[in-house]
Amino acid sequence: MAKSKLKKTFLEPLGKNNPVFVQILGICSTLAVTNKVQNTVVMTLGVTFTTALSAWTISLLRNYIPSRIRMMVETMIIAAFVIIVDIVLKAYYPEMWKQLGPYVGLIITNCIIMGRVEAFALNNKPLPSLVDGFSSGLGYTYVLLSIAVVRELLGSGSLWGVRILGSWWTNWSIMIMPPGGFFVLAIIIWIIRESIMKEASHA
Amino acid sequence: MHNFAIFFASIFTGNILLTNYLGMCSFLSVSKELKTSLGLGAAVVFVMATTTPLNWMVYEWLLIPFGLEYLRFIVFIIVIAAFVQLTEMALERYSEGLYQALGIFLPLITVNCAILGASLFMVIREYSLSTSFFFGLGSGIGWALAIVAMAGIRQKLKTAKIPPGLEGPGITLVIAGFMAMAFMGFSGMIALS
Repeated sequence: MAKSKLKKTFLEPLGKNNPVFVQILGICSTLAVTNKVQNTVVMTLGVTFTTALSAWTISLLRNYIPSRIRMMVETMIIAAFVIIVDIVLKAYYPEMWKQLGPYVGLIITNCIIMGRVEAFALNNKPLPSLVDGFSSGLGYTYVLLSIAVVRELLGSGSLWGVRILGSWWTNWSIMIMPPGGFFVLAIIIWIIRESIMKEASHA
Repeated sequence: MHNFAIFFASIFTGNILLTNYLGMCSFLSVSKELKTSLGLGAAVVFVMATTTPLNWMVYEWLLIPFGLEYLRFIVFIIVIAAFVQLTEMALERYSEGLYQALGIFLPLITVNCAILGASLFMVIREYSLSTSFFFGLGSGIGWALAIVAMAGIRQKLKTAKIPPGLEGPGITLVIAGFMAMAFMGFSGMIALS
């Protein structure tokens, strides 16, 4: 019983409760780095790590946090994990850290993290909260990664910095510029919503 | 002159919403009505123009001398939250009209990524105190400009026939993409480094 519930907690944010499609949350900090797959992977790893661990921590402390100042406490805990991500990146991947610039710090204001904490971790035990945070992070990761794949492939003809398309390919430079991110996200949301509606009307 | 260039560039060529995607959450959800967008936009201009130089002072005069730069995320968030809270209290106490117009938007602003983003950009680009004021003011105006323009367009869209899957956030993102392209037209004039 408990196991199947955990499984459900894990699967929901990946599919029909995906934070990006359904709630359109948290695209702020990461959309900006989706012009390269590599940067996106690092950023989404950071988001997943922060979401999972801050949900776990807050769930552990949920009975001790006074509800009046709980937003402040939650922000502090989230910020502490983001500082860890920032320091680790700066120490081991200084090049990557430079490229990501302010966006690592902006993970703090990513609405997904606060959203999961408020909606789930405050009323659930630590383990389910950890699972929920982790899979929300994963659901977020695959959406952002698919945006990044489209943008890098069309915009630079490469994936992970390696040239895939031959010299016949003309780069769509609009894709790596800001408007490209808006268009690709809009198209992906459109496709997913359209298919969800079709499923609903069949059922 | 340098300050003026930064001010202008942060409104148009380096618009914090349309080129850095910051503040998207409230941009998508609040841009339905022109009036609320104006209120939120004005509140963002005010908070950004004040917290960016405020965070500059805290960073340069407190964090750097004590070697605590790595704490900047937490400290910036606290400064922003405290400032927003104080402003809300002051407005409630002294100006009923302004509180009605702006007060309800202030709590929304603490979690607006654009505010924290402006402070983080200010640190990375190593602005001076006066430049960071103009940068914060310009970024706020740029954000307000984008959301007000979007609200105007979305009000016209109410009568338009949109594919059901694209309604709401989808069409808003498409319009934002076109707005970003339009703003790119300014990029030959001035650049934000």
